[in-house]
Amino acid sequence: MSALLPEAFADLEPFAAKWCLPTEHERYTARLASTMQEMQAFYDAVVSRAEDAMSYLERLPYDGLPEDALNLLHLLYSMIQVSFPVEVWSQPRVPDSGSASFDCLSEPMP
Amino acid sequence: MPRFPKPPEGSWTQHYPDLGTAPVSYEDSITPEFYEREREAIFKRAWLNVGRVEQLPRKGSYFTKDIDAAHASIILVRDREGRVRAFHNICRHRGNKLVWSDDPKQDTAGFCRQFTCKYHGWRYGLDGSLNFIQQEGEFFDVDKSRYGLAPVHCDVWAGFVFVNFAREPEQSLREFLGPMVTALEGYPFEKQTSRFQYSTTIRANWKLYMDAFAEFYHAPVLHASQSPEKYAKAALEAGFEAPHYQLDGPHRLVSTSGVRFWEMDSELVKPMESVTRSGLFGPWDKIDLGEMPSGVNPAGCDPWGLDSFQLFPNFVILIWSQGWYLTYHYWPTSHNTHVFEGNVYFAPATGIRDRIAQEMAAVTFKEYALQDSNTLEATQMMLETRYVDRFLLNDQEILLRHLHKVVGDWVNDHEEARK
Repeated sequence: MSALLPEAFADLEPFAAKWCLPTEHERYTARLASTMQEMQAFYDAVVSRAEDAMSYLERLPYDGLPEDALNLLHLLYSMIQVSFPVEVWSQPRVPDSGSASFDCLSEPMP
Repeated sequence: MPRFPKPPEGSWTQHYPDLGTAPVSYEDSITPEFYEREREAIFKRAWLNVGRVEQLPRKGSYFTKDIDAAHASIILVRDREGRVRAFHNICRHRGNKLVWSDDPKQDTAGFCRQFTCKYHGWRYGLDGSLNFIQQEGEFFDVDKSRYGLAPVHCDVWAGFVFVNFAREPEQSLREFLGPMVTALEGYPFEKQTSRFQYSTTIRANWKLYMDAFAEFYHAPVLHASQSPEKYAKAALEAGFEAPHYQLDGPHRLVSTSGVRFWEMDSELVKPMESVTRSGLFGPWDKIDLGEMPSGVNPAGCDPWGLDSFQLFPNFVILIWSQGWYLTYHYWPTSHNTHVFEGNVYFAPATGIRDRIAQEMAAVTFKEYALQDSNTLEATQMMLETRYVDRFLLNDQEILLRHLHKVVGDWVNDHEEARK
């Protein structure tokens, strides 16, 4: 299978298939469908590379990111999404949020 | 000792003596019959915000909006002259919903040169005029000029599109908004076109959610676990006070002071906030939107956090000091359900780090809102038991007291006038 991420981020490739997701809805759904162990492993791997990733993406044209760079950006959005379970909730859902859902109908692209 | 000076009367609540200080009833939030009275007295009489002009970017752009509380479904459209108009979304032939896509129960949006009814093909211009009747000769001397789309009063303020379902609105939009709200004119809403749009159905009365975002004193308690332990503990001990509350006619404002997260010890911020340089208060690197109009931060708080303007009946504009804003709409669908819409607006990001910071702010907003919304269902459930019928409100909850009073006044005044 060909790589989803830029070569410099080959170490994050094991997480790419699951977390390079273009919409908030998909990222949030992936979060709810993940175990804390899975998210902790992803979080640990991606946070240590976040600064490198942002520096890498900064050098590319913001309005015309190549596909692998766009995947990397989506991976960073997923990093933000999983940071809440990992850093504060210790569970995928917001505690005491029961059946409440909150649908993201549209978001800025990229 | 209050941390911020209070008005000479001793409290914000007593500064507005009509409000009183007695415990209040939420009977207005649990009675099906009262919801019916609100629909007539409030949602068919007040100016209601239905969106922004950016949702109608060019001639022929339209969107539809179902407003259950006013028994209405409407079309908003930019006509050939560039004017924003509103019509009831009903074909004059047999009453079909004129504009819908796939599911008539869902709102839709798009672009067209004219509106064509899916049922028998009647066509209407962007100005609402009836232009074509299928097999016109089969009808009986129809004067097409009398059967255009039924108009709805519509006006635009600061790029916000408002409608009014009264036959003749009692006030112009500007008069209705009043000096406190119109003093926001000049705030660059139009520059902040990057939008995260959220929606959810809440099993609670619409006013209870208005109440939830009308005070921030719940934050150190309900949202304590959102912050690192040391910060949450300090926040809980300090409690919360807003530096400024203001009422103007049926509308309300609360301003809060700011927190300079970027100057804080790393133990007091979440790791992801440091990584993204962003959080609940928004991107740490402030966007310069130019000089602010007098209506923004009217009390001159420094550091200033946000202004939350609650526009009667169901619309909130929340302006953050960091250079972004939110809107909330609370659309009632019954006495104990409503649709909550939250929009997060930023100036379009020009670089990756800006965009990442916006993502963090928007996702953080959602985490908080999820906590708030579920709490409301618990509130609704218990209020409906009716074993307790009077509730205490403190001075940080003055806006709640005002909302429920104004709602009651509008209902009573309307019913009195009709007698």
